[in-house]
Parts: sequence; C-alpha cells; structure tokens
Amino acid sequence: MDLKEKLLSSFLVFENQAEIDSYVNNVRNDAIKTFEEKGFPTKKDEAWKYTSLNRLLKEDYSVFPKQENALEYRDVKKYFIHEIDSYKIVFIDGKYSSHLSATTHDGLDVCLMSAALTKPKYRLVIENYFNKAATDDSLSSLNTAFSKEGAYVYIPKGKVIEKPIQIIHFSTGDESATMLQPRNLIVVEENSHVQIIERHQSLTGNPVLTNSVTEMFAKKRAIIDYYKIQNDGDNASLIDNTFIKQKRESIASVHTFSFGGKLTRNNLNFYQEGQRIDSTLKGVTIIGNKQHVDHNTLVHHIEPNCESHQDYKGIFADNATGVFNGKVVVEKEAQKTNAFQANNNILVSDKATINTKPQLEIFADDVKCSHGCTVGQLDESALFYMRTRGIPEKEAKALLMYAFSNNVLSSVKIPELKRRITKIIANQLGVDIGFDL
Amino acid sequence: MLKIENLHAGVEDKSILKGINLEVKPGEVHAIMGPNGSGKSTLSSVIAGKEEYEVSEGNIIFEGEDIDELAAEERAHKGIFMSFQYPVEIPGVSVTNFIKTAINETRKAQGLEDMPAKDMLKLIREKSDLLEIDRKFLSRSLNEGFSGGEKKRNEIFQMAMLDPKLAILDETDSGLDIDALRIVANGVNKLKGENNAVIVITHYQRLLDYIVPDFVHVLHDGKIVKSGSKELAHELEAKGYDWIKDEVGA
Repeated sequence: MDLKEKLLSSFLVFENQAEIDSYVNNVRNDAIKTFEEKGFPTKKDEAWKYTSLNRLLKEDYSVFPKQENALEYRDVKKYFIHEIDSYKIVFIDGKYSSHLSATTHDGLDVCLMSAALTKPKYRLVIENYFNKAATDDSLSSLNTAFSKEGAYVYIPKGKVIEKPIQIIHFSTGDESATMLQPRNLIVVEENSHVQIIERHQSLTGNPVLTNSVTEMFAKKRAIIDYYKIQNDGDNASLIDNTFIKQKRESIASVHTFSFGGKLTRNNLNFYQEGQRIDSTLKGVTIIGNKQHVDHNTLVHHIEPNCESHQDYKGIFADNATGVFNGKVVVEKEAQKTNAFQANNNILVSDKATINTKPQLEIFADDVKCSHGCTVGQLDESALFYMRTRGIPEKEAKALLMYAFSNNVLSSVKIPELKRRITKIIANQLGVDIGFDL
Repeated sequence: MLKIENLHAGVEDKSILKGINLEVKPGEVHAIMGPNGSGKSTLSSVIAGKEEYEVSEGNIIFEGEDIDELAAEERAHKGIFMSFQYPVEIPGVSVTNFIKTAINETRKAQGLEDMPAKDMLKLIREKSDLLEIDRKFLSRSLNEGFSGGEKKRNEIFQMAMLDPKLAILDETDSGLDIDALRIVANGVNKLKGENNAVIVITHYQRLLDYIVPDFVHVLHDGKIVKSGSKELAHELEAKGYDWIKDEVGA
C-alpha cells in the first residue's frame, strides 16, 4: 500500500475519532477529497520541477502518533532559546507536552489547536479563520484533512506581547518512520504585536516527514515577526506551508534559517488585503552533503501602496541542492507597489546546484519592482587578503560566508535568537569564531 | 631575518622574477623601487604567499626557515605582514571584528589564548589614535566605501595591531594626499624598532622622505640591478628609470 492509500484509509479511522464541530468536519472532508484527487505533487508540476518527493514517500510512515512519549527538559533544553522568558508550545511526536510547555489564557491565548478545534469558546475564531488562508494544494489539503494538533495563538486588540512564543515539534524516532501534520493558527488583532520562533527537531536518525501548515492573520496595524529554525537531523524532512493574510498597515516578516534536514520545502505565501502593508521574507540557507532546500515564495499585492522585501541568501557545499522560486503578483489595482526581491547564492563545491527563478506578474503600471539573483563563488582575492592577516583559509571562508548572510541576520529582532543562529552558522561552517559583527 | 636567494617566480609560463637576492636584517628599512612591470608587486606577493605564483627556483628564508611551502596565514603567524596596494573590500565584516579575528587566530597558532576583550579594546584604542582613525570608522565594513587614504591608513592600523617582525608595504603611498602620507609614515616609524624590519615597495621617492630607508634597491625586469643608500632614491627621482636601464644595458 503506498502512502497515499495509507493516508486515505487512515482518514476513515481519524474521522471517527474526531470530536469537533461541523464546520471543521466539513472542511476536513472536503480537504481529503482534494488530496485524493490531486495526490502528492510530482516533478511534472511546475512548482515541483526541482524538488522530488519520490524517495521520501517510499518510507512506511506511521501516520498517527500511537503513544505518548515524554522528554526531560534538560535533554532538549538546547533546542529552546532558553536564555529568554517565553511562552512555549511543545509537541512530542505530534502530541502536546504539557510538561515542556508554558501556555497562557491570561489576556491572550497561547495554547493548543486541539483545544481550539473542540471547545465552543473558540468556535467563532475557528469559523472565521481556520483554513481561510491555506490554499487547496494537495499537501495543504492533506494537512487540513488531518489537522488536529498544533499551536493556537490569539492576540486580542492592542496588545504588545513582550515574551516571544516558541513552538517546537520534537520527534523521538520511537516509530521507525513518522509522518507528522502539525497545524498552527495565529490570529493577531488590530495594533497588536507578537514574535514567534518555530522549530522542528528529530531526536534520532529515524526518518521523519513533517507536512506542516501555519495560517497567520495580521489585522489592521498588527505586527508579526516569525522566525523558522530549520536545523533538523539528517533523516528529517519538512514541507512547510505557511500562509499569511495581512490587513491594512500591518507589518509581517518571516525569517527562515535552513541549515539542517534532508529535504526542506518552504511554501511561503503572503496576501496583502489592504493598503500600506509591509511584508518581509528573508532566509539564510547553508547546507552540504546531499541536503536539499527549496524556497517557494509568493507575495500577492492586491491593494495599492504596499511594500514587499525578499532577501534570500544561500550557501551550498558538497552535493547540496537549492531552489529559489519567488513569485510576485501585482494586481491591476495595486498601484504604487514597491516590491523587491533578491536571491544571492554561493556555490562552494563544483557539485552543488542552485536553481533560482524569479517570477514577476505585474498588472499595474505605476509600480517599483526589482529582482535580482546571483550565483557565485567566494572572492579569492578577499580570501588571500584575510589569510595574509593570519586568518586561516577555513576561518576566512567562514567569515566571508557569514558576512554574506549578515543582511538577513541583521533584521532578527531577538538578540538571543540572533546569537543562537550565529552559533549554528559557525557550527555549520566548522569554525570556532565569534562573528560578533 | 629575511634572506632571498636566487628567487625565480612567475605565473603559469610567464616568468616575472628572474633571480632576486636580498637580505634584510632586524632594524633595517629597505626600499625596493622600479618602473611598472619590473616585478615589485610580484615580489611582495610571493613573500606573502600568494598561491598563483609559482616559485621555480631559489629560496625565501625567514628567520632561518624556508617558508616556500607555508600557506599565507602560516607566514602571517610567523610575523610577516604585507600591506596591500589595493586593499580588498569585505562587506559585512567590520574592521574591529576582522582585526580581532586576525589577532586571535594568530595567537591560537602560537598556542596562546584569545586576547582578553579589555586588552583588545585598549590596543585598538591606542593604535587607532596613533593613526588618527575615528572610532566610528572601526565599526564600518572593512574597506567598503573607504577612500584611498582611509584604506591605506587601515592597512597600517592592522599592521600596528598585529605587530609583525617584517612589514612589506606595497605601494602604500599611492592614492595618499600629503596629510595621509604623513600619518601613515608616522605610524610606520613608530612601529619600527631594533627587532623588526620594513620593506617599502614604491614607484616614487616621496614616501622615502618620511620613511627613510637604510638601503635602496632598484628592480628591473625581475632582477635587482642596483643597490645603494637613500641617495639612490633621489637620483632615481631626478633622472627617472631610463638611466638605470641604460646603465644595465637593458
């Protein structure tokens, strides 16, 4: 039985277990039909031309977490940004860990999707927002059909949340192979501000395939800063589907730091549904071996006077492959749009590959849109210069690569997070230098 | 300190240095002058360890050790410093972070611990004052958008920080106005001592008014064709290089 069939038959069991309201039930039922029709994407789909899921789909995944696994905080502390006070929503093999979490209902909701999907007091929010940003592509539909657990964040009007929220998904590798379908919903009402850090972490070498969907809604003048740390184990793969709907004058940014994992696909979609909206999409990818990272972005400019800024840096060593496919759509009404897109890459080895493709669809005539992509090597003359000052080749390369990524890092607003990412980068580049720029 | 014996070097099939002999002792200042294309910059690059240059014959002995097989950074760790004619711009790396990394990597190679942050700060303050460098300048990206004079001053600042045994100044005077030239020269003179040596590579004599050499060598077609005292530099300034070419029969 292939994975698709397995998922379809599992859905029947899943559906019987579900105690949820009819709205969500209907959405799920529609979603499984969509997935059944569309199936997993293949390389024949234009959007999946350079990323093949074939090998991943051959694993015999356990599609439901069977048992509750516990972890001790001290054993996984290093995966948290533990230097700061934060809210935490933590999952182990798809199940909520109250032991590792720190949630709240005090003036805001930082809690579980499973609670939000079943308790009447959340019904209104769920009916207004659940599956209202996600598209009906096959993988998002698959997630929707199985959506049960994940993070639920609701920030009421006029709240600046000082403590960042950390969402961490651990997989213990207790099953030989695990498929996870986390579902996050984040609603930030008018004039509110929230910072979120998300991480997926497998703790063994067993295969994990995570197909995640995050829906975010930034209402009028809301601010969302979202950081994704993708530094998972060698056998962990992630398909991250993130959808952000922004209203008037809201500011939303997503930073994606991709250093680990086997295959990572980021489908990041921004929809600007109001004027004077600002959207930022930034990423640093540093990978080697046979790792694969694919950034597939969309910014949909629907209304006038909005901005979007995209800046993705990639460093590829060994046989690593990268993909950047950045689409910007500017509708006819969206006059005075400023849309910038940059994708710069360094190939450190002859066998590394990057496929980069900007896609601009502009229907308005009074706009400023720019895009640029570069693929290059490290500057040899800079390396020699640094070496004559006593900086060894490896460290000199690392310093250049770090500097190359620094534009993206500099806009990280949580200093402890920035320090952590810097440390991960140093580790990834195999050097022990400070980079304190 | 430095002994160069019958050095032949070039790029691919093109030979540029054709038998250089030079000995530099501690406390000495040597000037190497010569027309464009005579091999001046090649000589400094070869001493600093640029890999594009192939040494086909001869030796470079530094403090009794043949350094031909050593990487550029290893030569730096032994105390060789080269100031670039065209310092490379490195966006995203601040002057401070760069020099800190350079110093600590050098210390690491010498089996020493990182320099304590307090000492580093003090040293940076001291040396930036010496070269009249504004503190704000130190947090800027290395050489990026620096004027010609700022780049050269920054080179000498790095030299001051690293305190090398042998400093090679490759065309340090080019692109400097008179004030910057004085500051740079003053910096070099302050660093000069009994235990270190300086090689000044220059096309013109004007830097040598400030950094007074003990010896002047004239490089022509990959060879040192004439050596003398500082008077030789004045003679070259007055008569040009053709006179030398005639004299050596080139």
